[in-house]
Formats: sequence, C-alpha cells, structure tokens
Amino acid sequence: MSILIDRETPIIVQGITGRIGHFHTREMQRYATGIVGGVTPGKGGSEVEGVPVFDTVKEAVARTAATASVVFVPPPFAADAIMEAADGGIRLCIAITDGIPARDMIRVKRYMRRYRQENRMRLIGPNCAGVISPGKALAGVMAGDVYIPGHVGVVSRSGTLGYEAASQMKAAGIGVSTSVGIGGDPINGSSFRDILELFEADDDTRAVVLIGEIGGPQEADAAAFIRDHMSKPVVAYVAGLSAPKGRRLGHAGAIIQAFGESASEKVEILREVGATVTASPSEIGETVAAVLKKAA
Amino acid sequence: MDIHEYQAKEILSRFGIPVPRGGLAYSPEQAAYRAREIGGHQWVVKAQIHSGGRGKAGGVRLCSSEHEVEDAANELFGSRLVTHETGPQGKVVYRLYVENTIAIRRELYVGLVLDRKSERVMVVASASGGMEIEEIAERQPSSIIRSIVEPAVGMQSFQAREIAFGLGIEPDLIPETVQILLGCYKAFEECDATMVEINPLVVTEDDHLMALDAKMTVDDNALFRLPHIAELRDKSQEDPRETRAADRGLAYVALDGHIGCIVNGAGLAMATMDMIKAAGGEPANFLDIGGGATPERVGKAFRIVASDASVEAILINVFAGINRCDWVAEGIVQALERTPVEIPVVVRLAGTNVAEGRKILARSGLAIIRANTLAEAGQRAVSAWRNSTRARAS
Repeated sequence: MSILIDRETPIIVQGITGRIGHFHTREMQRYATGIVGGVTPGKGGSEVEGVPVFDTVKEAVARTAATASVVFVPPPFAADAIMEAADGGIRLCIAITDGIPARDMIRVKRYMRRYRQENRMRLIGPNCAGVISPGKALAGVMAGDVYIPGHVGVVSRSGTLGYEAASQMKAAGIGVSTSVGIGGDPINGSSFRDILELFEADDDTRAVVLIGEIGGPQEADAAAFIRDHMSKPVVAYVAGLSAPKGRRLGHAGAIIQAFGESASEKVEILREVGATVTASPSEIGETVAAVLKKAA
Repeated sequence: MDIHEYQAKEILSRFGIPVPRGGLAYSPEQAAYRAREIGGHQWVVKAQIHSGGRGKAGGVRLCSSEHEVEDAANELFGSRLVTHETGPQGKVVYRLYVENTIAIRRELYVGLVLDRKSERVMVVASASGGMEIEEIAERQPSSIIRSIVEPAVGMQSFQAREIAFGLGIEPDLIPETVQILLGCYKAFEECDATMVEINPLVVTEDDHLMALDAKMTVDDNALFRLPHIAELRDKSQEDPRETRAADRGLAYVALDGHIGCIVNGAGLAMATMDMIKAAGGEPANFLDIGGGATPERVGKAFRIVASDASVEAILINVFAGINRCDWVAEGIVQALERTPVEIPVVVRLAGTNVAEGRKILARSGLAIIRANTLAEAGQRAVSAWRNSTRARAS
C-alpha cells in the first residue's frame, strides 16, 4: 500500500494544454501513472498525449471517473480551478502552481468547508512538488528515478529537500512508500499533521521523514500529533537553522508567531516528542537507516 | 512588497481612516513649502524608508518653524538610517513626509495580519500603542486583543465594536473606531495586503481618532492584479543586487558572508546555508533559479552572483527535478567561457540528467571543483573560499 495515490488512481490534469501541464503529463505517463484526461476551458474535445481534454471538471469526472487531479493552472486562475475540482467530485487535488495570492487561498479553504467532511476534497499544495508513490504512480513534478519503492514515508514543504532525502535513502538502499510535498506557501491545503495521520494508518509505512522549515505553526502541530498519536518513528530535519531572523517576516506577524517558529525552536519541540532530529541535511539518509535498525 | 508610510496613509484615507494633513517632499525647499501649505505652527518631518523604528534612528524630527523644517530636511535627505530592521548598511532617505502635529490623549495599536494558524485575517489591537508590537507582547501581553475574521462575510460591526470596547474607547467614539477598523479590513482585502499596521492610532485632544503612523505590506503574488499598488514599488529601498535579480525574474537574498550560492528551491537554499555555516563559512547571498531553468537563465544567475564584489567563492547546488542538470551545466560553462572568473567555483549537481551535466562540466576543461553530495558541496565551497586569492587579499 501507499498513501493518497497508487497504480489504480484515475487522475486528470487541470491545465493540461499549457506548456508545463503538457510536459508533466508526459512525464507522469512515463511513470505509468493513470492519467485519464485533462481539463482546459475552451479546449474540450481535443486530445493531449492520447488522453481526452474536457471543458469542465464535472464533465471530466463524469466521463473518466477520475478521483484525483493535478493542477498546473497559472496563478491568476488557479484558485478557481481548485474550487472547481472541489465542486466537481474530485477527492484529491494536488496543486503544483506557484504564486497564488494568499487571499485566494483563504477563499479556497473557506469554500472547501461547505462540503461535509466525508465529501470534502483533500488538497495538497499549492506551490508543491506533488505526490509520488514510488513504483506505482506520480502526481507531481518529481524526478521519478530519485526514488525506490519501500516503507518510509516522506513529507516535506520543500520539493528539492524531498529529493535530497529520497536520494540519500536510496544510496543507503532504503525505499519510500509515498513522498508528499505539502508546499511552501503560508496557506496550504494539507499540513504535516494531516499527512502524518495518513502515514500512521498506512500498513506499508514503517517510519516517516518530516522536513520542515522556519516560519508557521505546522511543525509544532505535527509535534503534538506525534506525541499523542504516532506509533511509528519519525526522523526530522528543519531547514534554516542558520537563517537570519525576521528577514521576511512582517512586523505585526511577530506577535502571533511568538514561539515555535524558528528552526531551533521547532527542533526542540520535535525532539521533545521523541522525533529523531538531524541538524545536518546531509545526514537524513543515515539517520533513517539508524532509526530503522533500532526499530527492527 | 512594502510601501511607504505616506502611501499607506493615502490608501487608508480612501477607506475612511482619518490621517493628519501632510505633504511629500523631494527637497528641503519643497519640505518648507509643504509646511507653509499645511499651515499651523508645528510640524513633524518624517523620513520615508521601508523600516520601522525610524524615530529611534533619528528619522522623525519635530519642527517649530519653516526654517527648522528646511534644516531638518537638509540633514535627512541622503542620510542613511540604521534601524533594528535595516541591517548595518541602513536605508537611504530620498523622500520626506511633512505633517502637522496632533495633540493627543491616548495611543493605541491596531494591526491586521495574515494568521497562518487560522488561515484567516486576524486583527490585533492593544491599548498600549506607541511602542513596537513585540515590546507590547513582552511587557503587556494581557493588553492584546485578537479577533479573527470569517472570510466568507468579512469583518462584522460587532467584531469591531468588541475590539473598540476592549480598547477602553469612550462610548462617544465607538462609532468612529468601528468605522476605522472596518475600513482597515476593507483596505486589507482590496489591496491584497499581508499586513496593515496603525501604530499609533490616537485619540486626539479634541476627541477624534487618527492614524499617526501607518505601515502596509502587500502580497507579491497578487501584484499582477494590483497595477496601482505595483507602481508604488520603491527600488531605492531594496538591496540593488536583489532588484537586479528580481528584474531578471530570479529570486535573490543578499546576506553578509563571502560564498555566493546558486540553488533551486527555497528549502535547498536554507539547507545549503546550514551546510556552509556548519563547515565554518558564511553565505554572501542566495540566488534561486527556480524550476525549468534554461542555460541562459543559469548564465544570468551566474553573472549576477559573480559580479558581486563581496563574493569570494561560488557554490552551485542544484537537485534537479523539473530542472535539468545538463542545462544547468551548459549555463555555467557558457557564463565562464564568456566572462572568466578568478574565484573558485564549486558545482554539485544531482537529479534529472545528472550524468550529461557532469559530462558537460568535465568536457569544458574549466577549473570547476566538483562535489557529489550536499555535505561535500558545503565543505568544498568553504575550503575553496579559504584558499581563494580574494579571501587572502582581504
């Protein structure tokens, strides 16, 4: 098993006729992902890489039975595309688009709440690398050959650090069950906590690598979940230990972002709840190897 | 993007927030003229730089004659103000804002921010205005009122009333305060702000409310739909290196060390910085080439970093997913062949097309120091920098 996507997941690409959407559709198909169609308003009836293009998400879902979508729609229209997916019956939406205004994301998250929990779409991203279940399916922009199938879950804000972790693990012969990029925007669909919950419930995942960053409350929330609900070992790295303070943070923001937002505080919080934290991003692989050995 | 105080006030006044009478000046003569235009007997001359703490840095002067206004302006124009937010290099004053002074009874704090926890807009207010919000949080945390706005309907009058009563505003002034708070929220929404701050919001001697200082930060991602705000950008307040990179579509962060870094992705940028620091070096900057970078784009990035005088070694660390190592390698080789550099260049490539990328570097015959892992990249960059001639000379 894996989380979120596997060989059977029928996936549509929103923004499939665009340059980037088209390119990655081909890459995902090369990874044997179940791409069943695409959506570009006004391009319905055409074809891209052998799959049909539809004008609306509803039509695509009706005709292809897609349950997941990957969004490559440009920033001005991306929020609208995500809401269309939520309303069109998509269960999992992975938004790759970088540069969506924060106000649009507030609206998207508010909009998604109008559906009851059991009908509510799960959103990953935006501004993320997507999701890969190695050897099964790729719904994102990762380089597939960095990953080998296995039993360690990876959840990361940063796409490149997700690769870094996977390649270090690959060098140590350790594979990945699923790797999830949750994205670098201040307001995103799924948090570390949401993904940890899925990994904890997944029989195929034996340990989890969590790669955090400075800023935001999500690492502290993840720590609370690890403390209360996580039976599987967690290896963590938090980027930006040496970042200059307050460089991009706004002024009044400092007050609601009082404790737990610098890398060192996040490291401290994660350590306290029993996660194995590595201070060096080059030692993620060996730390996972050591943790797996201890758990065995 | 940050905007100036006078720009924020202009925007807020359009949303019904009262501000003092004021005028912008680009020269001492103009400052004096503005004072005459505004009238009265006392003025405050305020340096317009993108930073808080201007008062403590000497950027706000109280003047009692047009002559004094002109003298203060003379001193301030072209001066470099160093505050806790600017870094040691400070920010240069090119614009002044002249305002009439206001007799005040109370100082309040009002801020609106994007709250990452609730993923909504949060109003933060305190009866202890005048000092920085960090200081209030430390000294009078119980004075802080927080209120979260439901995005579907926007801020409601009752919320604004609760905040106003919480601030201890007299009943007569409640409607005025409510109007100001609702106006701030409207401005925040319509300008795609990530922060609006009025500090202080004052109660005047003649019983009115007024914004004496204002700050506003706008979401960079929304500038495409806010042409009237995008044009408020003031490049004189940015690091010129950051401006140059931004104008070429590259994200650049200037730092204080000597190792120039070209990476892809913010996460890898921070991790690379952690590695350089762990190896005993300091990064001079970070340039993020983003995804899908062409050789031309990589070349541009390389030239921007190489042309920075404080850079004594260059580290290129790219883990390609959407990027292609062969393109990155081509960009580096082209840049080096066009403009050779005397400083060491360390390259670490991984991911998509890495074999082709390494071949291109090897075939070029250029003196490039190669690294295979993140750890090697950090160590080799720092040791190359230590041995470099520029570092020895300085």
